[in-house]
Amino acid sequence: MFKGKAFKFGDNISTDHIVPGRLAHLRSNLPELAKHVLEDADPTFAARVKPGDFVVVGSNFGLGSSREHAPLVIKMAGVSAILAKSVARIFFRNAINLGLPVLICDTNKIDDGDEIEVDMETGVVRDITNGNKIAFKPIPTFMSAILNEGGLISYIKKHGDFKL
Amino acid sequence: MGKTLAEKILSEKSQTDVRAGDIAVARVDLAFVQDTTGPLTIREFESSFSSLANKDRSVLFLDHAAPSPNCQLSTDHTYLRGFAASAGCRLSDVGDGVCHQIVAESIAKPSDVIVGADSHTVTAGGLGAFATGMGSSDVAVAMALGRTWFRVPESVRVTVSGSLRQGVYAKDLILHLIGLLGADGATYQSLEFSGDTVDKMSISERLTVANMSVEAGAKVGLFAADDITHDYLIKQGRGGDYRPISPDADASYTRTINIDASTLEPTVSQPHTVDNTAPVKELNGVKIHQVFLGTCTNGRLEDLAMAASILKGKKRHPETRLIIAPASRKVLLQAIEAGYIRTFLEAGAVILPPGCGACLGLHQGVLGDGEVCLSTANRNFKGRMGNPKAFIYLGSPATAAATAILGEITDPREVL
Ligand code: SF4
Repeated sequence: MFKGKAFKFGDNISTDHIVPGRLAHLRSNLPELAKHVLEDADPTFAARVKPGDFVVVGSNFGLGSSREHAPLVIKMAGVSAILAKSVARIFFRNAINLGLPVLICDTNKIDDGDEIEVDMETGVVRDITNGNKIAFKPIPTFMSAILNEGGLISYIKKHGDFKL
Repeated sequence: MGKTLAEKILSEKSQTDVRAGDIAVARVDLAFVQDTTGPLTIREFESSFSSLANKDRSVLFLDHAAPSPNCQLSTDHTYLRGFAASAGCRLSDVGDGVCHQIVAESIAKPSDVIVGADSHTVTAGGLGAFATGMGSSDVAVAMALGRTWFRVPESVRVTVSGSLRQGVYAKDLILHLIGLLGADGATYQSLEFSGDTVDKMSISERLTVANMSVEAGAKVGLFAADDITHDYLIKQGRGGDYRPISPDADASYTRTINIDASTLEPTVSQPHTVDNTAPVKELNGVKIHQVFLGTCTNGRLEDLAMAASILKGKKRHPETRLIIAPASRKVLLQAIEAGYIRTFLEAGAVILPPGCGACLGLHQGVLGDGEVCLSTANRNFKGRMGNPKAFIYLGSPATAAATAILGEITDPREVL
């Protein structure tokens, strides 16, 4: 069960909004890079987000570059899950590989600043502020196995290979 | 029921009969990284694994910051060079060119499975390779195991027929298609190109189209490998790498999109999304401060030849900078021999070393506040060229050259 505040963003937030290319020189200094998380979408986000909070977005979140630094800095900010109408393919895979849940659901029912609760067992998001209950799509089986091991590298270390 | 290109390649490389929707664990023929995703990949690799599954099929490219503009990126380069030397894998150093161009010129084969820590890895689909972008962890694991997992994608068939009109190129075709599909219109799917227009396209054009398939969200953009592919590989000195591959006639697609090439117009993407397309003629007159010609999308010899034919004997507009980055050392050498580089310099252009150049906003052409660029690259996201207060339009090399001369967005047919 995760609980925290919703930080809402719109559609088509690209990996350039999350960690722009101009900051590539900070990619080997992750704590410094993380201070800029989502800077080009909301320059105040990094200062306001607290561990446990949620990034709640519209459609096609994380489109663009394959940089895994994008979900990585979101995870480093303490975000417990990303709630999205849809996500771009590489971003989805990267987030799961890092052990960061991405939950596909109708995010129109959540407003910016709402207190929300996510129950991974039942697959339900509860918006405490407005009372909405929203079901999210189950994470595909194989990706769920990776997520449950805390990410791809730990999964492979434990199983030695892909176990379908 | 027959198979799509994606189903054929993934069945072969997983040695199982797989169909769209199945999970396949496939052998990886090439795993690569570049200098902005590579350090994370290699650190993950070094902390968890001991050796590369296949040294000859693991490559590190230093192309995004080439040469490096600052000490942090230089140190990343040093780290990658050190790893390549100790692990014994191939390194493509500063000045060799953009990873996807070098993969096309010297590595990719039809039917290969290629994973790269760069979203435009899809470029090699132009040669009939199942090539796709992944993140650092996935590529680290692919380098260690020599295998990766895929959900076999559903395929969309894009059938293009008829002849492109004068002034209309492969770039206009793919921009048009992305406008039609939307930035997430093909997410998780394979775009498979066919039709008489596609059958006649050069490899350079197919690479341009495959390169941008990811801008509609696609996992791969695939072309059959045919005689044109064979001729290209022969010209690269590796005719032996050729193997024909085509989809089965009764393969099943989620949908078919038919495009009549003869109706297409020169097209541009407007700020700040690639699917925000419009015919160039509707934007005639938009003032442009910088034109950038190059990248893995349009930095090949054919692209430079097209631009040179328009710029020959002309000058860039005095208020419009013209920056040109050939995609590889080989392209640069050929462009020098053909006289294109002289033409560009005489037209007032700046020539960058082969590499990504100004494309991703690190250096070599960062835009100022409020400035507007017309680029032949594949992305125009806010902040892409180093400044969230700048604006980027995307177009063909011909549109870029015409625009550089007039200083405002110009339909290339006005100068052809
Ligand atoms: S040229 Fe641009 S799009 Fe291509 S690999 Fe380099 S940065 Fe990426």
